[in-house]
Amino acid sequence: MTQEKFTQRPSRLVEKKLQEKLPRREFLKGMIAATGVAAAVSLGTKDAGASALSDFFKSAFFQKHYKEMTPDEKKVVLARLEKETRERYGVEVKIGDPPPLDGVEFAYFLNLQKCIGCRRCVYACVAENNQSRDPQIQYIKVLEMPEGSLDVDEGEIFYDHEKVPQPGKFYMPVQCHQCSDPPCTKVCPVEATWKEPDGIVVIDYDWCIGCRYCEAACPYEARRFNFTEPQIPKDEINPNQSYLSNRIRPRGVMEKCTFCLHRTREGRYPACLEACPTGSRKFGNLLDPKSEVRAILETKRVFVLKEDLKTHPHFYYFFG
Amino acid sequence: MAIYFQFWKDMIRQVLIGPRIYYIWLGFLGVLMLIGSAGYYYQLRNGLIVTNMSDQISWGAYIANFTYIVGLAAAAVMLVIPAYVYKIKAMKEITLIGELFAISAIVMCLMFVTVDMGRPDRFWHLIPKLGRMNWPISMLSWDVIVLNGYLLINLHIPGYLLYKKYRGQPPTDAYYMPFVIISVFWAVSIHTVTAFLYAGLGGKPFWNSAVVAPRFLASAFAVGPSFILLTLQIIEKYSSFKVEHEVYRVLKRIIAVSLLINLFLLASEVFKEFYTDSAHSASAKYLFTGIDGYVLLVPFIWTAIVLNVVATVIYASPQWSRGMRNVNIASVCAIVGIWIEKGMGLIVPGFVPSPLGTIVEYSPSLVELAVCLGIWATGFFVFTLLLKAALPIEIGTVRHREENWEFPRSSSWP
Repeated sequence: MTQEKFTQRPSRLVEKKLQEKLPRREFLKGMIAATGVAAAVSLGTKDAGASALSDFFKSAFFQKHYKEMTPDEKKVVLARLEKETRERYGVEVKIGDPPPLDGVEFAYFLNLQKCIGCRRCVYACVAENNQSRDPQIQYIKVLEMPEGSLDVDEGEIFYDHEKVPQPGKFYMPVQCHQCSDPPCTKVCPVEATWKEPDGIVVIDYDWCIGCRYCEAACPYEARRFNFTEPQIPKDEINPNQSYLSNRIRPRGVMEKCTFCLHRTREGRYPACLEACPTGSRKFGNLLDPKSEVRAILETKRVFVLKEDLKTHPHFYYFFG
Repeated sequence: MAIYFQFWKDMIRQVLIGPRIYYIWLGFLGVLMLIGSAGYYYQLRNGLIVTNMSDQISWGAYIANFTYIVGLAAAAVMLVIPAYVYKIKAMKEITLIGELFAISAIVMCLMFVTVDMGRPDRFWHLIPKLGRMNWPISMLSWDVIVLNGYLLINLHIPGYLLYKKYRGQPPTDAYYMPFVIISVFWAVSIHTVTAFLYAGLGGKPFWNSAVVAPRFLASAFAVGPSFILLTLQIIEKYSSFKVEHEVYRVLKRIIAVSLLINLFLLASEVFKEFYTDSAHSASAKYLFTGIDGYVLLVPFIWTAIVLNVVATVIYASPQWSRGMRNVNIASVCAIVGIWIEKGMGLIVPGFVPSPLGTIVEYSPSLVELAVCLGIWATGFFVFTLLLKAALPIEIGTVRHREENWEFPRSSSWP
């Protein structure tokens, strides 16, 4: 038998206690104690701090790392998260956990010649992935670049024109590059972020301690931190959610683009690609020799950003 | 065992009683601690949004102070080496103070890391075995280990020596000397690991420099002894603890050499950045000259450089460093100058411009300042209490007294 973990102990003890047939007197004692605790908790609920405290003892605090949860434990956690969303936002959502597919390594290709800098991808992403609206969290940044340069320092993120594209400019959207050798997962002190077998870098939002070291390490500015409780209007919540991607994040943790893994692992395209009016975005399985992305890789002039850092992104730019 | 409890009881008694000035000092620190707690409570209620940190500048005043104070903690080693390696007897008497200083510094470090966490309730994820520590890959997990290890070493050595002194027994070398030797290397490691936290990031060219760790050590070995130099004079003023002249002489020499090396390393960095003048020098340019009209840090870094130069010149000149008054001024200059250099001069510009070339400026919010102030006050509070308890034992005014009758050792015992 493997050694029991500290975090498993409380739940096992509770289960054991529940299964035992309690003698009457013990039962009464327990009832009295429980009433005491409940009274204390209910007294405290007026205060947000105290209610946070009681939530904390209920289960979330003792939740295990995603990779250590059994399928049954995952079910419990997903149900709890659905319940929390219902209580907080009054919305019924379905939180799934689609696994990576065998023989799949996702890659994104972006045609710099076609992108017009309209930023429809940015807002499709915000809507799809339940990002906070206030303050607004965006995963995609579109750089307005002067022709003749690929130096990101020359680019402008906060452009605001009546019309795009502007003459003499080209547009370079940047989002998480899902690096093969990601600096962000390397620096995380608690393994709250890691690379999945299909090449997607994910975060266990319930394990992240919020130290923001990964954000400092990312050379593509791809990570966003929940500095406060995310604000999303009730009717804008996307109910199709998954544990590792677009479920509503808690405060004080990191989040990032996951290539919409709740969609792409089910054979659909990422939301940003569907929103793109020019067809600059291409997405597919790099391991499939007949895929469109392989054809681009083999026939177009392809490059990656900041190649000198040897992060080996799964996000490529091309001309044509 | 009973004696051990008596030892603690006597120390606690020492902490509770004191002259009026002692209460006033503690009260003053207590007020600052309350202000800090209020700030932290506000931050816990609202999230890190109440700080001025952002996705572009994700570390600010907290981590800057943390980095600086790790150096203070490491500096205790600068008392241990002369005492135990060069066997300067006068230094041996004050290593205790250095170790207590290190304890208070680490307490501050741990507090600064905690207030910087978005989810402090998940601290246990960092505990090996219970959580899931990414060791040995993440430098932050190394930091957790070396800092806590250093805390334990520095609790053990003075704790053991004081207890022995309290009982009037000579200490057994085997129980503490190995830890003294370890602490020398360990002290260097805590600041090196902290430097590697930054130096290991390829995406941040300003930090990605081999000279970060040596610079950290040089500046720490200037600042830590400067703090101790000032502390010793205060202790001499308010207690009967006497510090030999030799101690000040050794400290001055350490500070002088460290300041010179620190300035030289700074010059090396500045040369490399500005002579090369590549795209990787953008952060240095922002720091020293400003970019596109963004000049927030420029006055800070030049103030820091002026203070460092003044401190170095005073310390390096045999004439000016003779009197205690000049040395004290120079020490204060070094303490403030290097504090600016580590914070506004190292952590913040590392993030500017951002990896995609955006310039976002940062200066701490009132809440951050309050929390920082509170943590500093807590550090001084802890240091004061530790000194208050330890010095009487060290001086010899507090000793274990047998209340029972003396055990007769004569041969007349039946």
